[in-house]
Amino acid sequence: MRPTSALLRKELRLEWRSREVVPAMALFSVTTFVVFHFGLQKDTVDGSLAAGVLWVTLLFAAMLGANRLFVSDAQDGALEGVLLAPVDRTALFVAKAVAFFAFLALVEVVAVPAFYLLLLGPSAGDAVPGLLAVLVLADAGIAIVGALVSGMATQTRSRDLLVSLLGLPLLLPVIIGAARATTPLFALGGAGSLPGKWMAILGLYDLVFGLIAVAVFDFLLEE
Amino acid sequence: MPSPPSPASPAIELDALERRYGERVALAGVSLTLPAGATLLVLGPNGAGKSTLLRVLATLLRPHGGSVRVLGDELPERAWAVRRRIGYLGHEPLLYRDLSARENLTLHARLHKVAAARVEELLADVGLAARADDPLHTYSRGMVQRCAIARTVLHDPALVLLDEPRANLDPGAAEILEPLLAGRTRVVTSHDPAEAERADVVLGLRAGRPHDLEGLYAT
Amino acid sequence: MRTLSILTVVTLVTAYALAFFYAPMDAVEGLRQKIFYLHVPLALVALGGFVAGGVLAIQHLRTRDRKWDLRSYVAIHMALIFGIGTLVTGSIWARAAWGHWWLWDEPLLVSFLIVFLLYACYQPLRFAIEDPERQARYASVFAIVAGVFVPINFAAVRFAQEHTHPRTLSSSHNLPGPAWLAFFVALAGMVLLYVTLCRYEIAAKNVRFAMRRLRRRLGEDVVAGRSAAPQ
Repeated sequence: MRPTSALLRKELRLEWRSREVVPAMALFSVTTFVVFHFGLQKDTVDGSLAAGVLWVTLLFAAMLGANRLFVSDAQDGALEGVLLAPVDRTALFVAKAVAFFAFLALVEVVAVPAFYLLLLGPSAGDAVPGLLAVLVLADAGIAIVGALVSGMATQTRSRDLLVSLLGLPLLLPVIIGAARATTPLFALGGAGSLPGKWMAILGLYDLVFGLIAVAVFDFLLEE
Repeated sequence: MPSPPSPASPAIELDALERRYGERVALAGVSLTLPAGATLLVLGPNGAGKSTLLRVLATLLRPHGGSVRVLGDELPERAWAVRRRIGYLGHEPLLYRDLSARENLTLHARLHKVAAARVEELLADVGLAARADDPLHTYSRGMVQRCAIARTVLHDPALVLLDEPRANLDPGAAEILEPLLAGRTRVVTSHDPAEAERADVVLGLRAGRPHDLEGLYAT
Repeated sequence: MRTLSILTVVTLVTAYALAFFYAPMDAVEGLRQKIFYLHVPLALVALGGFVAGGVLAIQHLRTRDRKWDLRSYVAIHMALIFGIGTLVTGSIWARAAWGHWWLWDEPLLVSFLIVFLLYACYQPLRFAIEDPERQARYASVFAIVAGVFVPINFAAVRFAQEHTHPRTLSSSHNLPGPAWLAFFVALAGMVLLYVTLCRYEIAAKNVRFAMRRLRRRLGEDVVAGRSAAPQ
């Protein structure tokens, strides 16, 4: 555990110093909501439209962030320095994925209120607890796949393109699950109940991909 | 403190080591034995494979053929066990430039399970104590190299692998290197054939293969 | 190889003869329904090929033997071609049967499209990595992750479509006996076709490697250009 927490602390500290990931994602999300506000030409959105706008925006913001996950590691061979230590490569992946999850959470602290202000109607306040639950599960999936795909694309040419090309299809089940789960929360007459089936699917996806990513990540790092 | 290999067992044993890049040969037919405590000098022109050889020994690259034994452990199967006991100083510092020297070294200390006090000692030894909390990107190249040296010996490795160690050092710092390396088995690469006098074993490499020292640099 | 090819041709011809002459004509859709015997086997073999690519990739990572990477590459490559065939025949069928080239509410079509888009990235990924050893390794990682993704994706999209229109592909579950026979023979023929084509491609690539090796030994300066295929 200690190497993982040391690595995690390194990730968070690096982000704090360089501010590569979080501000870009947050800015992108808020700007996109503004664009939607004007583009959709509605005062408020609800139901499946609201859920769709929220999740598509968060997903694209996540792809933007995922592009930059390994930038500091690639400079000066810093990641190799870590690889020289007797540390399980899995710890590297876990630290990266947990850090990405934290970054997504920080972005959502800004983006979700912006979403409420710009796009949702006044009655949507009671959606918050359910929304939090969906955010946690969906963010876990995005963090896992984002860290994995970013690790794959990081030392290739056309890295930006590859992260999106690989990440978006893989994350489609998360979008489907998250959007379906969030739709009743944004219903016009007040938040409905959280559909258990979709939460279960999100959870299952997180579990399966978490295991696969952990099994496979070593192979990305050993030369 | 790592247990050094017993005097009888060699620090490095290579037999027909091979490493390819696609169809191109990066290393081939490299065989040697290096006794514990001795110094190996690897000479050769650019592109000869010196850095590749060091990286294989450092467990950063897998051998594609032949056998490699470092400190008694077979690579790549026992890479895990070997990493504790080797230190590698490459062309790049292998440090995070947005973090300070202290933060970088503390990270490596935690990863190698070395006490935090050792970080402070080393910072003093390499002369970085005054600027230990400034991010590495504010350092001069010589200072970065000093921090890299500290990283290399932080966990008290029995074997150190140094890829052109004098390349980025500022003149005053050349003295700090020797005491930190004392007593360790070393593999050093260099362009300068004159250094062969101070080495115990010398390996000449040309286009990835072992070569006699005469005519090593012939065109 | 020759036996395999002959067997493939024989099976396929039998299959389609059965489909056209033996299986009963569909009461509602008529002749257009026959495309089902082409489209569904194509789809099943393509999906099977993708998953097989993942399994072969596991072997590659376990043994580090490059021949598994070649097999994985060919499996996915061929499955992608069969996938194009699936999408085209599916589209033709949709157009002929329901007047639309594409149906977003048909979960199978949508899932298939997603999987296809994902695997279409396999070659760009390979092409983007120059170091051949790393290219093979990363491609195997991708093949494994994507192989796991295939069933998950179908499950997720299926769940998403609660209101499946009754007249869709599920109508094929009510096939009479002779039609099932034709279908299975068609499926077998398609599998044989896939395997035969894969074998041909692997053989062709092996010949090319051997040629390169010989030329290198003769002293020619042979440099393999950057490519997405295993070297």
